[in-house]
Amino acid sequence: MKRKMEVSELIFKIVAYVILIIFALLCIYPMLYALGSTFSSAAAINDRVVILWPMVGENGNYTLGFSGEAFVKAFTDSMFWVSYANTLFITFIGTIWCMVYSILGAYALSKKRLLGRHGFNFFLVFTMWFSAGIVPQYLNYEKTGNAMAAIVGAGSMYDIDLKWLIVLAMGMNATNIILLRNAFEGVPTEIEEAARIDGATELQVLWQVYIPMSKATIATVALFFGISRWNGYFWASKVLGEGAKGQSYSWPVQVKIRDVINRETDLVNVFNTDDTHLYGKTPAEGTSVLYAMVVLAIIPILIIYPFIQKYFAKGVNMGGVKE
Amino acid sequence: MFKLKYDDFLIKNEDGTYSMPPEQAVRDETEKNRWKNTGFTILKDWRLYLMLVPMILVYVLWKYMPMYELLGAFKDANTPSVNTVSEQEWFGLNNFKNLFFGSDANAFWPAFRNTFTIAFYNLLFGFPAPIILALFFNEIRSNAVRSVMQVCVYLPKFLSTVVVTSIALLLFRKGSTTAEPGILSQFLALLAPNNKVFQDALQGGLFYSARYFRSLFVITELWEHAGYDSIVFFAAVIAVSPTSYEAAQIDGAGKMAQMRYVVIPSILSTVVIMLIMKIGGLLSVGYEKVFLLLESGNTATAQIVSTLANGWGDSRGVAAEMTNNLIGMILVLGANTVARKAANVSLY
Repeated sequence: MKRKMEVSELIFKIVAYVILIIFALLCIYPMLYALGSTFSSAAAINDRVVILWPMVGENGNYTLGFSGEAFVKAFTDSMFWVSYANTLFITFIGTIWCMVYSILGAYALSKKRLLGRHGFNFFLVFTMWFSAGIVPQYLNYEKTGNAMAAIVGAGSMYDIDLKWLIVLAMGMNATNIILLRNAFEGVPTEIEEAARIDGATELQVLWQVYIPMSKATIATVALFFGISRWNGYFWASKVLGEGAKGQSYSWPVQVKIRDVINRETDLVNVFNTDDTHLYGKTPAEGTSVLYAMVVLAIIPILIIYPFIQKYFAKGVNMGGVKE
Repeated sequence: MFKLKYDDFLIKNEDGTYSMPPEQAVRDETEKNRWKNTGFTILKDWRLYLMLVPMILVYVLWKYMPMYELLGAFKDANTPSVNTVSEQEWFGLNNFKNLFFGSDANAFWPAFRNTFTIAFYNLLFGFPAPIILALFFNEIRSNAVRSVMQVCVYLPKFLSTVVVTSIALLLFRKGSTTAEPGILSQFLALLAPNNKVFQDALQGGLFYSARYFRSLFVITELWEHAGYDSIVFFAAVIAVSPTSYEAAQIDGAGKMAQMRYVVIPSILSTVVIMLIMKIGGLLSVGYEKVFLLLESGNTATAQIVSTLANGWGDSRGVAAEMTNNLIGMILVLGANTVARKAANVSLY
């Protein structure tokens, strides 16, 4: 028997649909706008005539059309591709490194028989409550960089490739380790015991029992680490971009994009027409290249996202922070 | 006080000598070998402890070692030609004194106030929004439609701060004598055509007006996080059993009454946990985003303690941020204690 819908229910439903549709459109509109602008001509961007679809033309006469100019300029800037390769390197190696120590640590922390378990947990959780702050962290990274340089026999941190510093020392996240720990705690101990009776060692138990049984959480956490690596900007720019010896050949793509904003457009700084510019003499040309780079920086996330999206709703829910 | 005598824990034999009871012998043996046994347990499980080593090492080197630099807050940054914190001269609490009452007070207090205000507005608007979204998602019966919408609203969370700020700056960019401002500014201009202050702010780039920075910042935060944060609440909402709704309907409850008496009580514990998390992070405003949006025009409202410390880059900055982070930590622990007492849920 189908119940008749009440008026209040109907109103609520309509409101829900309308607001959700508006919000969902608002969430993707900026990306679509950036995509539309990428294929527009620089003059159309300068006169702000792009609303969603690409526009070409100049001097007030604009029509719908495609212009590949911005993409060609972005593609021919070799430093952009260097930065892209750097980001790929940082994302892959950095995520693997973070996952290795996080999974090993989380596995050990999930064991009741670990002595000092509460102490180790506190050690981890404390970093979520209190952080030393930007200045101390920067001083620490400087020391680490200099120590790494000393190990390979170079003079100072600016003589070595600081990508390795970013890979090893950044991107820590205690929440992710706790997510993994909770997932491992949820694995029934009987299965572990069975594996042990069959003669499995600690690593075999982890590799063949725990990891396959918490795939959703591991995929989610890997996604979190990967995304934060791909998106990391602040520390990369502070370590690589500052000082007289800024290492522009080690820049990740986010730092490169910000550099384009600062130097090739008039969005944050006054555009200096006397300087030499990479993409043309006007800020409009720089802006159109900026759109292309933003789109290129989003694409990898858009490619991975649908595959992993089904996992993370599950993974996040399973591992609410608890102790 | 009475004194223990031998007779209390020794057995007197018939020939007048004393001997130890057997249980006590076992107890003594255990006590004597306690450290040895602990050692054996660790040794037997050495693989487990070895697994902890990389994580501990990473956290000590890059999370706990920076805390050593906090000593700088009590040292004089102006010690000539000395860089490391260990060689600087002790300065007592003078850094804090300058910060709170002295020469740096007129930079610190506005920054502290801005941090707090931005964080407060973030909480006020950013906390209910995902709950409302989750309740709305629950109304959509078609799985396909809901999935498409969820994919759309989760997406902004995964964009980088640089991309978000670039797009935001582009959408609200400043106009010139020949050109209109950014596309969203053009749209906003239609809302209040006669408001001169607002129109000027739109022309000059909305992010660079001290007056509208906060609202705009909170809106972008909402845009970034609301969809993704709704996952947790949505899971709590769909966990409500359909029989509860049916029972309420039979009792004559309308939609609002069902919300009030069925849904809200069921998701309350999730809401409280998330609220603790939010309050805990209250003073850690995303400094990366503020750093990218900070400009001379909006410094009055946009400068937060982290960006101020980053600009100073010396022991004054260390002291300023330490104050901020310590208050933040007290907030986390306080919120957790209150929640444990009031609702019997605890995060840590």
